[in-house]
Amino acid sequence: MIYLDNAATTKTAPEVVETMLPYFTENYGNPSTIYSLGSGAKKAVNQARRTIAAAIGAKQEEIYFTAGGSESDNWALKCAAEAYETKGKHIITTKIEHHAILHTCEYLEKKGFEVTYLGVDKDGLVDLEELKAAIRPDTILISVMFANNEIGTIEPIAEIGAIAREHGILFHTDAVQAFGQIPINVDELNVDMLSASGHKLNGPKGVGFLYIRSGLKLRSLIHGGAQERNRRAGTENVPGIVGLEAATTRALRIMEEKTAKETELRNYLIERIEKEIPYCRLNGHRTKRLPGNVNFSFLFIEGESVLIMLDMKGICASSGSACTSGSLDPSHVLLAIGLKHEEAHGSLRMTLSEENTKEELDFVVDNLKEIVQKLRNMSPLYEDFIKKNQSRK
Amino acid sequence: MYSEKVMDHFQNPRNVGEIENASGVGTVGNAKCGDIMRMFLDIDENGIIRDVKFKTFGCGAAVATSSMATELVKGKTIREAMQVTNKAVMEALDGLPPVKVHCSLLAEEAIHAALWDYAEKNHIVIEGLKKPKSDIHEGEEEEEY
Repeated sequence: MIYLDNAATTKTAPEVVETMLPYFTENYGNPSTIYSLGSGAKKAVNQARRTIAAAIGAKQEEIYFTAGGSESDNWALKCAAEAYETKGKHIITTKIEHHAILHTCEYLEKKGFEVTYLGVDKDGLVDLEELKAAIRPDTILISVMFANNEIGTIEPIAEIGAIAREHGILFHTDAVQAFGQIPINVDELNVDMLSASGHKLNGPKGVGFLYIRSGLKLRSLIHGGAQERNRRAGTENVPGIVGLEAATTRALRIMEEKTAKETELRNYLIERIEKEIPYCRLNGHRTKRLPGNVNFSFLFIEGESVLIMLDMKGICASSGSACTSGSLDPSHVLLAIGLKHEEAHGSLRMTLSEENTKEELDFVVDNLKEIVQKLRNMSPLYEDFIKKNQSRK
Repeated sequence: MYSEKVMDHFQNPRNVGEIENASGVGTVGNAKCGDIMRMFLDIDENGIIRDVKFKTFGCGAAVATSSMATELVKGKTIREAMQVTNKAVMEALDGLPPVKVHCSLLAEEAIHAALWDYAEKNHIVIEGLKKPKSDIHEGEEEEEY
């Protein structure tokens, strides 16, 4: 099997699993209890908090463990909106956010908030001038993702943070795809809230965190017990939190090497596809891009068909076609960068890890070439295109 | 997610291609939704479908339903072909996931559109056949790739 869907989820690293295991069967105590079994677990949770805080240049009391990226995004947006609604009811975000942000914004719109969805250019980058122009006296929150999950484009977070700070507006970033992949420092970037998830960096699923800058008056999303300094109820997912810490430590340790390897593999894959498969288009920015992200549109064919055929060759990838999104519309991200519907339907995302090899990618491209041609041979769009070209000659 | 039959017809689609000077050609669906089917019919003087070919842009279910629809109408009379409903196509494929049912509807429409084209060319009326839905290229602008 060749796994090229690391933006969807990653393999939990063996060293992460090993770190977690004792917290299921030996150190299984509830961190809120007073006997030593529980205090051991509590120590582990706080140690994890310190490690993760250090990883993004934050203070340990600014890290709150959650059940993952979606919870962190919901918490940041819903509770910041609620906390600052007396100041204003306007929020700025982008058209290419993850649904955890977009659907939360839709919910807030129903609650009477106004949301501006910034467009992006053909590479998926937010226009800073457009952002400045969108700021109003009643703007309370800006939320822009660190890096896009589909096309891999890395947004100008430092510039956006500076603009937000200058205007005294809260700045949240969904860093689910970026945390553990690229260096992040919340102070340098002027980030006030940051969402991250464990399973995107070879950690476990079902655990993540929200960074909340100290001084922000953010209330709870999950009400109940006094865990997480009274801000996030529920018995701590101790094995998950310990796993998230181990994954973070590992990610920081290998980041430089991993980035170099993935970038090389990514560029090799892009180069071979562009050279050998006609009528394709690279989606996302060529250089301001996550090291492992490759996203192409292949004209005249549909993505799900490509995925099934790749799967039959043992290759796992994903697509922004409607058939894979569970709705009738193709990916909102691909439409936002200006793709026509049929181009978005024909998209293929391959997200690499440092464990992939050049030989694997050669196998992928060799098969992809055949698959694309086979599907084009049965595509009426391709037939029309060829006939139109012939009649012009 | 797909039945074995769907996978078989997707991997080895029957009757892919075109028929030159076909008796009837119908194209349905649109690129916006991600499915386009084109059906070619070769109908002899006795009204028997001698040959049928298709081309499809779409997902696995779209290809499989097109392929199955061609099998179901090949060698049949026009009247029999009119009985090939989306339900018949689905049953022949051992079912489709709920989100893919529209693909089977498209297959039925593609047959009907090709029959409509045949009827128009030959100035005949086929009982129970309605004019196919609007042209797929409607509103599409010319663009260079």
